[in-house]
Amino acid sequence: MDNALHEPQTIVLLGGTSDIGLAIVRELLSPTTRVVVLACRDTAKGEVAAAGLRRDGLTVDVVEFDGATPATHQAVMDGIAARHGDLDVVILAYALLGSGQATSRDMAEAVEVAHVNFTGAVASLVAAGNVLRAQRHGSIVVLSSVAGERVRGANAVYGATKAGLDGFAQGLGDELAEDGVHMLVVRPGFVRSAMTEGLPAAPFATTPEAVATAAVKGLRGRRRTVWVPGLLRFVFMALRHTPGPVWRRLPLG
Amino acid sequence: MAVLSQVARRTLTGWGRTNATNADVVAVANHEVAAALGAAGGRGVLVRGLGRSYGDSAQNSGGLVLQLEGSAHEAVLDEAAGTITVPAGVSLDDLLRRIVPRGWFVPVTPGTRFVTMGGAIASDVHGKGHHLTGSFGNHVRSLRLLLADGTVADVAPHRRADLFWATIGGMGLTGVILDVTFALLPIETSRMTVDTTRLPDLDAVFAAMEEGDADYRYSVAWIDPVGRGRHLGRSVLGRGDHATLAQLSPREQRDPLAYGPKVLATLPPLQLPVGLINRTTINAFNEVWFRKAPRHREGEVQTIATFWHPLDMVGGWNRLYGAKGMVQYQFVVPFGQEGAIRAVLERLTEGGASSFLSVLKRFGPGNPAPLSFPREGWTLAVDLPVAIHGIAELLHGLDRIVLDAGGRHYLTKDGHTTPAAIAQGYPRLEEWKAVRRTVDPQGMWQSDQSRRLGLTD
Ligand SMILES: Cc1cc2nc3c(=O)[nH]c(=O)nc-3n(C[C@H](O)[C@H](O)[C@H](O)COP(=O)(O)OP(=O)(O)OC[C@H]3O[C@@H](n4cnc5c(N)ncnc54)[C@H](O)[C@@H]3O)c2cc1C
Ligand SMILES: NC(=O)c1ccc[n+]([C@@H]2O[C@H](COP(=O)([O-])OP(=O)(O)OC[C@H]3O[C@@H](n4cnc5c(N)ncnc54)[C@H](OP(=O)(O)O)[C@@H]3O)[C@@H](O)[C@H]2O)c1
Repeated sequence: MDNALHEPQTIVLLGGTSDIGLAIVRELLSPTTRVVVLACRDTAKGEVAAAGLRRDGLTVDVVEFDGATPATHQAVMDGIAARHGDLDVVILAYALLGSGQATSRDMAEAVEVAHVNFTGAVASLVAAGNVLRAQRHGSIVVLSSVAGERVRGANAVYGATKAGLDGFAQGLGDELAEDGVHMLVVRPGFVRSAMTEGLPAAPFATTPEAVATAAVKGLRGRRRTVWVPGLLRFVFMALRHTPGPVWRRLPLG
Repeated sequence: MAVLSQVARRTLTGWGRTNATNADVVAVANHEVAAALGAAGGRGVLVRGLGRSYGDSAQNSGGLVLQLEGSAHEAVLDEAAGTITVPAGVSLDDLLRRIVPRGWFVPVTPGTRFVTMGGAIASDVHGKGHHLTGSFGNHVRSLRLLLADGTVADVAPHRRADLFWATIGGMGLTGVILDVTFALLPIETSRMTVDTTRLPDLDAVFAAMEEGDADYRYSVAWIDPVGRGRHLGRSVLGRGDHATLAQLSPREQRDPLAYGPKVLATLPPLQLPVGLINRTTINAFNEVWFRKAPRHREGEVQTIATFWHPLDMVGGWNRLYGAKGMVQYQFVVPFGQEGAIRAVLERLTEGGASSFLSVLKRFGPGNPAPLSFPREGWTLAVDLPVAIHGIAELLHGLDRIVLDAGGRHYLTKDGHTTPAAIAQGYPRLEEWKAVRRTVDPQGMWQSDQSRRLGLTD
């Protein structure tokens, strides 16, 4: 249960080694937090992250989880709930960025990015939604991206998966709201993290910590969407309606 | 079953209007409760009274929530024995309207009359008389308790004593209290005589209560939270007793047991996005209120409503705290730990976390119930808007002061403490859990609070 001060007791991070995901977990941690579950494909890497979070009174559990095997997601989620009781916040943070334009030509990579970022993510949201619906409280945080707001040639597969995921999360969120479950869709711009290491920063670049602050504020305020930085909401409102020839030549990084 | 077609999905909160959750709610008569348990799913069942607990005690997210029907007209008054048997769903408001005109008063009343008998027992409520007469449970002669297996147990201090005391202060987690028999207090009039004293600082309050409380049936100090530095803890101490016939004016004597409390105004069910209770309004209120109190006044005659239930005159006042709601921080520390009370008040004033209402009371000895809150010592209750900046850090800091002083928190007010804090504050928690498990091995009774604090693990 969240307490009266909106502090969760149990936090699950899908993509347990994600820089942004871990920043959100750290922002949520309080003396009230009892359990953090890091669900990762690489549990050794997950243990390193777990060591950085552990402290008195807090259980950090590393669980093996692969976004690419959607058929396993419900069992993983049910197992976490069976071990730790009600889940207060589930963060969906895993994704593959791919290799930009090259992904649109590489069949194997295109399919993998689409499979993990969309099919896997949909399965994870269904799994989390089922658990939270039954307990009739709790929140889901979905890491979408401005890349899905208007998909660019530069990262078409990644952008399209985020567009699809964003849409599904909103629709599922509307349905779950009737069961007292809160869905928060977070749309960051360029974030300096492991995912973007070595890439030139795009305009309005931000940090995992800034995303975390905005996401937690959105959680407490029961917002449906959060843009980080907030200004991007207005930037993309304009970009959505920019004529194609202009859009294609914009220096968006 | 007919009643179950009346089940409605509702969003529930406590009086503090924080952590709302969703449950299936149904109103049932006492004879329908056993059948209603058939509709329980994995999230269990909880009985809810009037929702005057502040946090998540009376919520059961995703589960079934029962509300007991009942009227004070079904109460059976035994004037010879001085006891009454009342259905648990009856409100104190309803009951007082029935018994006060007949010359009887309840042994304990909390600061609001909008509580049910079941809620009063499940929280083992205390009032201004605790230093002499203990909490509600001290006056209960017997309870009829519906257990998870659908049977009804008749429990009393000398009959299944373990289960009886586990139910007193047991937060609805041992079963559904159906009826309660308890001792009443005979009264000559429906008025109170009250002595009021303004005290300049905290030490003066401690001293005045230590010296004088034994002379008064009822005693409580309202702390002015605006007072800081050498004014820290300046208070208005109000003490009194039931007025005798001779103490009433001739006009009052014509109808000495008149009782008809009114709700003067009710706030509309609007959700104020921003609370009206902020530092400025609180300071202004308390300044006026403290100045208004007489330096010393004796023998003032007040009505029961004015003395006991002043907040009930404005319905829905909790909405003034805005969308984020409020918490009431209430704890007790043993005698000798007065420093903890001072430290808490200092933190509150330093943090700019002024409080609308702060009440200090001297508790007498506790009773045998393992989860009953009162124990010998000082209890402080402070209302705080959740919207104030840094509230979480502030309260976690206060928790440490309270626990280090050997104190504990009141479950019926709690919305934020941790399983560890409750285990530390209630050393007999495991004993209570063991009794609970014998009557609820499958985990029928659950609440948001029991899950949050691990009470039903
Ligand atoms: C303005 C105000 C002033 C207050 N002043 C005081 C005070 O001075 N002293 C004090 O001690 N408390 C005080 N309280 C707290 C209040 O007295 C308790 O929270 C009380 O339990 C509320 O009763 P309720 O019927 O609203 O119960 P709810 O809040 O609905 O439920 C409280 C608990 O009782 C259980 N319960 C209810 N009915 C039954 C039943 N039939 N069988 C088993 N369990 C049951 C519920 O499951 C829950 O755990 C105050 C509250 C307010 C709002
Ligand atoms: N960084 C940005 O600019 C940016 C902008 C907008 C949105 N986002 C989104 O924010 C989220 C977090 O990204 P980040 O910046 O924190 O990057 P990150 O640190 O690289 O995190 C991505 C995570 O996804 C995990 N992952 C990849 N494939 C997986 C699979 N099949 N199964 C399980 N986990 C898998 C990675 O695990 P490994 O550690 O094992 O690789 C890693 O933990 C992503 O959804 C991303 O799309 C990022």
